[in-house]
Amino acid sequence: MTWGLMMTELPDFLPVLPEFLLICAALGLLMAGAFLREGKAASDVIGLWAVLFMTVSGLLVVSGSGGNITTFNGMFITDHFSVFMKILILVSGSVTLMMSLPWLQDERISKFEFPILVLFATVGMLMMVSANDLMAMYLGLELQSLSLYVIAAYHRDNSRATEAGMKYFVLGSLASGLLLFGASFVYGFTGQTEFDGLAKSLAGVDKASMGAIIGAVFIIFGLAFKLSAVPFHMWTPDVYEGAPAPVTAFFALAPKIAAMALLVRVLTGPFMAMAEQWQQIVMILAMASMILGAFAALNQTNIKRLMAYSSIGHVGYALIGLSVGNMIGVLGLLVYLTIYLVMNLGVFAIILSMRQKGRLTEGIEDLSGLAKTQPLMAAALAALMFSMAGIPPLAGFFSKLYVFIAAIESQMYVLAIVGVLTSVVSAFYYLRIIKIMYFDEPVETFDKPLSRAVALTLAASSIVVLGFFLYPPPLLMQAEEATAALFPG
Amino acid sequence: MITDWPLLSLVTFLPLAGAAVILTIRGDDALVARNARNVALLTSAMTFMVSLALWNLFNFDTAEFQFVEQRAWLPGLGVTYHMGVDGISLLFVLLSTFLTLLCILSSWHAVTTRVKEYMVAFLVLETMMVGMFCALNLIPFYIFFEGVLLPMFMIIGVWGGTRRVYAAFKFFLYTLTGSVLMLLAMLVMYFTAQTTEIPALMRFPFPDDMQRWLWLAFFASFAVKVPMWPLHTWLPDAHVEAPTAGSVILAGVLLKMGAYGFLRFSIPMFPDASSYFTPFIYALSVVAVIYASLVALVQEDMKKLVAYSSIAHMGFVTIGIFTPTQQAVEGALFQMLSHGIVSGALFLCVGVVYDRRHTREISAYGGLVHRMPMYALVFMIFTLGSIGLPGTSGFIGEFLVLLGVLPVSSLVALFTATGVILGAAYMLYLYSRVIFGKLEKPALHGLLDLSKREILVFTPLLLMVLWMGIYPTPFLKVFHTSVTTLLENNKVIEVPALAAP
Repeated sequence: MTWGLMMTELPDFLPVLPEFLLICAALGLLMAGAFLREGKAASDVIGLWAVLFMTVSGLLVVSGSGGNITTFNGMFITDHFSVFMKILILVSGSVTLMMSLPWLQDERISKFEFPILVLFATVGMLMMVSANDLMAMYLGLELQSLSLYVIAAYHRDNSRATEAGMKYFVLGSLASGLLLFGASFVYGFTGQTEFDGLAKSLAGVDKASMGAIIGAVFIIFGLAFKLSAVPFHMWTPDVYEGAPAPVTAFFALAPKIAAMALLVRVLTGPFMAMAEQWQQIVMILAMASMILGAFAALNQTNIKRLMAYSSIGHVGYALIGLSVGNMIGVLGLLVYLTIYLVMNLGVFAIILSMRQKGRLTEGIEDLSGLAKTQPLMAAALAALMFSMAGIPPLAGFFSKLYVFIAAIESQMYVLAIVGVLTSVVSAFYYLRIIKIMYFDEPVETFDKPLSRAVALTLAASSIVVLGFFLYPPPLLMQAEEATAALFPG
Repeated sequence: MITDWPLLSLVTFLPLAGAAVILTIRGDDALVARNARNVALLTSAMTFMVSLALWNLFNFDTAEFQFVEQRAWLPGLGVTYHMGVDGISLLFVLLSTFLTLLCILSSWHAVTTRVKEYMVAFLVLETMMVGMFCALNLIPFYIFFEGVLLPMFMIIGVWGGTRRVYAAFKFFLYTLTGSVLMLLAMLVMYFTAQTTEIPALMRFPFPDDMQRWLWLAFFASFAVKVPMWPLHTWLPDAHVEAPTAGSVILAGVLLKMGAYGFLRFSIPMFPDASSYFTPFIYALSVVAVIYASLVALVQEDMKKLVAYSSIAHMGFVTIGIFTPTQQAVEGALFQMLSHGIVSGALFLCVGVVYDRRHTREISAYGGLVHRMPMYALVFMIFTLGSIGLPGTSGFIGEFLVLLGVLPVSSLVALFTATGVILGAAYMLYLYSRVIFGKLEKPALHGLLDLSKREILVFTPLLLMVLWMGIYPTPFLKVFHTSVTTLLENNKVIEVPALAAP
């Protein structure tokens, strides 16, 4: 075997450069962490390096955005859609990591493994987004999940956190099992694992075989678990409440975006031919999530638990876009996810700074009278809450507008009506937070100085939420380009 | 040329700029409060000037939209930022800017807590109201229409009375429920007509059965806003709990948004459905007029009484809007303007004694004429305006509506007319209990008559009520052409089946 021959056999590494960089960074930092002296400084330095690597990886993702490129024998794909999703994931990963570092320091649970686990999870998510093959999909998903199981139980001296981690692990592995089972079914009935091949073989026959449909259903269920769509949401409130706040922030954003990206790619790619079958399933998931997310949140007193139900509801709205199953729908979904990301970063910035006399608080009542004690923070949270409720002219309105446009365009009136009515119900609990901040009297103030990362995130997120209506084209153009990559021709 | 300026954007966003300026004010509390008041006053005065310029430059001979501005906004959907006014909307822009100015003036001393936020809320509210009356595209219209909720929720919730939280939530959720259904209807219209431009949609013939569904969705939103019986229950709560200036805007402008919506959307876009549902509207409106008047008669709380009178008066408006005669529609529009001023003024009158005694119970007052003669005079003129005495603005509107309804349905006219009598009953009863009689209660002995600032607030309102009552032509002239065109385009509306012999 000559050197030259080996070169031709090597796959094209350029498209995987961002992932490659992150993997190398994670391994390198792991080494560094093992040899650095244990202590405050080590975990902080490693955390900052992790953020830096994620930023560089993000730059690589953007600079590599050509068109459709597949590599590794078609197992890995980069296109405008993957670029869009990867940027969302990297932004949520790096920003939550930035905000976590001072928080973990204050809680004295800062360890150098945390940023590294976040890095590994992020690589897994990037691979999920770019997966173009059932096996690549499972690899990415498992890399992500295994890192997340550990992160969920990261605060290992806390019984609630370990319980959360355990719950997430058991249910999560069940979901992974379902997904794998589904993938094997699909392979068994079509003889294909690669998405393009699957699409061709499923589109070739008039009616997809029952086996392939069962497989697709199992894959949807597995991903719905990661998305925490009802009825696969059981773990969400407990994990959100039990896990440390930075972990919750991370869980609320990046894994959901990745799972959504994968679901979109699988359903609009290989399984597009059986759209009629999966549309119904996604529609039921969407409706159930919106309804549960609205009603179950009404009586919550813990803000992290509230955010769990809120995220279930938001996933429901985003799924409206997918259930429509066309370009307008996916466009709505992408707009929805982006704005959801921005809003949640802001809200979690506040949750991370809820600290009274050095002690953490998570009760909604602890926000009482925030408008008097910290007017700027209260104003930002009020804007974010109004936005989450979807009240114009804030950004949240536009995200809802676009998914409802998709639903109406496909004449799915029931879905749209359920959507708007549950948005009214959910407006109630978002308003309750505003009420507590503005109409109630202060009991105790939060400790003043916010960490710089938290303050910056909060400011950026509320500015975007407030000012989005002034100039929406940038996001819409990008989202349109990303959508077009999934629906060629 | 001043007409080339983006006057409508100016009048819409000037208050928002003022709010932004107020947000930057720093310093100790007293200084911030003083500066916030001054900036708010200056901004709203400038906004009012611009809106007067609009009236001055307006061409009364055409029903076309004027001062039109159009800019691309949401790519892909073809949604534009499109502004313009016609005869129907112009005067509401003026009403909004006029009342906001007076509200800011009237809360000068009444509001002492969180003054900065208060002024910001009112200026944002002004932007939303004016923008809503100017918007000529569905999506911007919806944004302004809903955007009103944000500042109003805060105004009721932060500066309101004891049950303010309940009232604020009820107001918000009621209105939101109606509006989201309207949003879906708007999207359906978009996909049917392939446009979101209001002028184009007015000419688009929607299929008959679709019209009815769309009409109902819009009805859900506008009927809550007006409010029409039986969707009115948020109004008394919101009014009672809101601070005085909040009630003024609520009664003066926010209620008009629903009626304006009927005129801008329901009637021109769904003419067949409108005529189909006219008996339904008549029935609800007649019930509103009589029921709300009777309820007003037994109220113990002054604000609640005025709130119920608003529901009754808006019943006149909805009857007029859905009656396809020139007099009725013009009467409804005139009644809307008149009610905006009279009910706003009545809430200010309640506010005057509330600021002094901190109660709105009617029984806590009596014989005020002995201590506050000037107040008694002002209150009387607005009471008469609310009753609709000839010579006041209330008369013109109610009379025109009755005149317009009579040829269509004498039965409806008959029931509506009883509302006028009941109106006289509850207003005069209120007036006599508060103003006349012996000054018996010791707490009332020290009351002071109207201050200079209060006189400054009431004088323009008083002049408007009399001007509109004695010489209404300048106002009728504004919407005459637009109403004529509206009715001509809708010739298909037939005399509804309810017409009694």
